[in-house]
Amino acid sequence: MGVLTRFATGFLVAAAMAAPALAQELTIIAPAGPGGGWDQTARSLQTALQTEGLAKNVQVVNVPGAGGTIGLAQFVSQHKGNPNTLIVGGYVMVGAIATNASPVTLDQVTPVARLTGEYEAIVVPTSSPIKTIGDLVAQLKADPGTVSWGGGSAGGTDHITVGLIAKAAGVDPTKINYIPFSGGGEALAAIVGGKVTAGISGWGEFEQQVKAGKLRVIAVSAPERIAGIDAPTLKESGLDVEVQNWRGVWAAPGLTDEQKAGLIALVEKVNASKSWTDTLATKGWANTFLAGDAFGTVLKDEIAKTNVVLKDIGLIK
Amino acid sequence: MESFDALLSGIALATQPINLLYALIGVTLGTAVGVLPGIGPALTVALLLPVTFKLDPAGSLIMFAGIYYGGMYGGSTSSILLNTPGESASMITALEGNKMARAGRGGPALATAAIGSFVAGSIATALLAFVAPAIVEVALSFGPADYFALMVLAFTTVSSAFGGSMLRGLTALFIGLCLGLVGIDLQTGQARLAYGVPDLLDGVEVTTAAVGMFALGETLFVASQLSRSQETIEAVRGSVWMTAKDWSRSWKPWLRGTALGFPIGALPAGGAEIPTFLSYSMEKQLSKHPEEFGHGAIEGVAGPEAANNASAAGTIVPLLTLGLPTTATAAMMLAGFQQYGLNPGPLLFTTNPDLVWGLIASLFVANTMLLVLNLPLIGVWVRMLSIPRPWLYGGILVFATLGTLGANPSQFELSMLAGLGFLGFLMRYFDYPVAPVIIGLILGPLAEQQLRRALAISQGDPAALVETGLSIGIYVICALVLLGPLAMRALRRKKAGSDIRPAFED
Repeated sequence: MGVLTRFATGFLVAAAMAAPALAQELTIIAPAGPGGGWDQTARSLQTALQTEGLAKNVQVVNVPGAGGTIGLAQFVSQHKGNPNTLIVGGYVMVGAIATNASPVTLDQVTPVARLTGEYEAIVVPTSSPIKTIGDLVAQLKADPGTVSWGGGSAGGTDHITVGLIAKAAGVDPTKINYIPFSGGGEALAAIVGGKVTAGISGWGEFEQQVKAGKLRVIAVSAPERIAGIDAPTLKESGLDVEVQNWRGVWAAPGLTDEQKAGLIALVEKVNASKSWTDTLATKGWANTFLAGDAFGTVLKDEIAKTNVVLKDIGLIK
Repeated sequence: MESFDALLSGIALATQPINLLYALIGVTLGTAVGVLPGIGPALTVALLLPVTFKLDPAGSLIMFAGIYYGGMYGGSTSSILLNTPGESASMITALEGNKMARAGRGGPALATAAIGSFVAGSIATALLAFVAPAIVEVALSFGPADYFALMVLAFTTVSSAFGGSMLRGLTALFIGLCLGLVGIDLQTGQARLAYGVPDLLDGVEVTTAAVGMFALGETLFVASQLSRSQETIEAVRGSVWMTAKDWSRSWKPWLRGTALGFPIGALPAGGAEIPTFLSYSMEKQLSKHPEEFGHGAIEGVAGPEAANNASAAGTIVPLLTLGLPTTATAAMMLAGFQQYGLNPGPLLFTTNPDLVWGLIASLFVANTMLLVLNLPLIGVWVRMLSIPRPWLYGGILVFATLGTLGANPSQFELSMLAGLGFLGFLMRYFDYPVAPVIIGLILGPLAEQQLRRALAISQGDPAALVETGLSIGIYVICALVLLGPLAMRALRRKKAGSDIRPAFED
């Protein structure tokens, strides 16, 4: 790593020197390998902090493993009371903490802000006889086993959403036939290739295939219809389900109120900046910013709800 | 030829001086990280993404392409010389390549790997340019049942890596299969064999296992024999370059490796490892010198290296045509595209043809550049083996440890490396082959997942496994692979036996 990091930091330092104000040094932990959503969120934060001159030197450290719980555990044990570190994470972590019975939970870190969110989309291949979410739910009610759902890892956002849909439709959630895939590419190939009945994942995974006419989107998990997506919400289709795959950022445990307020103010500045807005636009992430304690309250509620669904699906006891 | 014109204008873009410079930076960085075990091209691209944000899209994508191909070249160098596969796809290269290097034939081994990579990379890139849309249709028709059939085929050919004893080989394979069970079961989300250790939830990292068992195990073994053994490593015996015989033994494996690597690399769940296994086994079957396998057969380096590089080009097919990233590096390149607001997918060829063809052309440029850079260096690389053994192996130890720690800075990973290294030493000491362990670790989880997925979709009906033409076709090949040699032997015995017929009658 040595040479490489030095090479990369050399570049970063050079880039940071050009920035007008030198605030502070920051380390952002991305509790996942390079390339995934959390890594990209961490690196986008890094870019925004540096181009806006909000921090002097920002480093992203990848600590991959077990749905982010390895990174979280390391963050809590190594950075207690350190106001110069942040950890990125999201809804998937909530499920991972429950299914892995992680000893470290999100109660132990300081919520700074929810940053972005993406709603789930349900798609079928264009050639599928299923035209609407109504058709899919009818088949699900008739024989849940015949509806195979392709999505991300077991216990993740996609799986939880399918569980919620089954519950809302009055189908036993333990009967759902969910086929987990690692990595988006493999799931998408199986969905486009018609190997599963329906696909479920973030809208961004499917957008290009829908535009190219290979997939049909039949519902989204948003509270209201989304501009540019020709599909009803689950709610208006009679299923009381609303899921947002959000990503957020936390600070270390044991901070003073002042340090906490400082970090929240810093992230608020990022959120208001042009470079952050531009990044969200190019990546297609919706801004669902929610700062500090308000985020903490929503999070508590969400953790409780998620644990109920995971029990219903039979993933945790 | 519309695509041919487009390719020419792509080459014009890729050979602009500034883009050549980006390609040079890319291949140099890529080779460097490929040599280091543990650090892969994916991490490199991730580190560079924020830096390249200010470059124009063509420049940075060209650089990423260089890193991607460079990583594949670098991986083979360390495999051959030091027996430390930098990434899992170059593990098979170490089997024969390192034996060649120890026998003073490191030069030809490196040369056949480099030229084979160039040949395979060029053919595969040309295929990428002209048949990508057709290939991708076939790739999409592969379902879980077909993938499972492919894994079965890989398993039937695995015995070629067993060395002398079938029993010892199978034992090693089962150790690998057990290691492959560790971690969260993808289908149910439940932990298996993790004993409550959070670090084990993601399973045993293949590169850690490969580096531990190959490099550490080997180092410990050499150290334990140092006082007794008279074996000397000669850096160069004979020519540093490939002889006419080397050429004639290499060119067919290059082509066969390409034929295996490109299509399997283009499969969304194909990967780079399986074609290297298949190629190795195929070369061993077809070779006129099967007895040399396990002692440094050049075909065993030429074929898998070509397969490895062809699969790297194959991976670009689903990325460009469907926006499907099938490897970590491809995922990073996708992130690179998105950073400029470009979305790879069915529409990219029509919305941004310049960029797509520029990227394809830059793959050609990177490939040529790598050959030109690497061939003259071979003479320097092989001198590394003249370093006195205690120093050389000490260096390998440091190198392997740093690489693993660089990829994942955790005490647990380090202990795992040491533990697997000790296991590798024991196996080496008691004369068990280590390659089947890694093959089991890679293939086991893949095969299990595809099988269970296929059965889940069919709701438990095993007939689904042989429902498609593809899966049936692959099982027929499996049967040929298994029964072919037996039938041949029986046939030969019959011919030879016609004179001694009475012996068969009692």
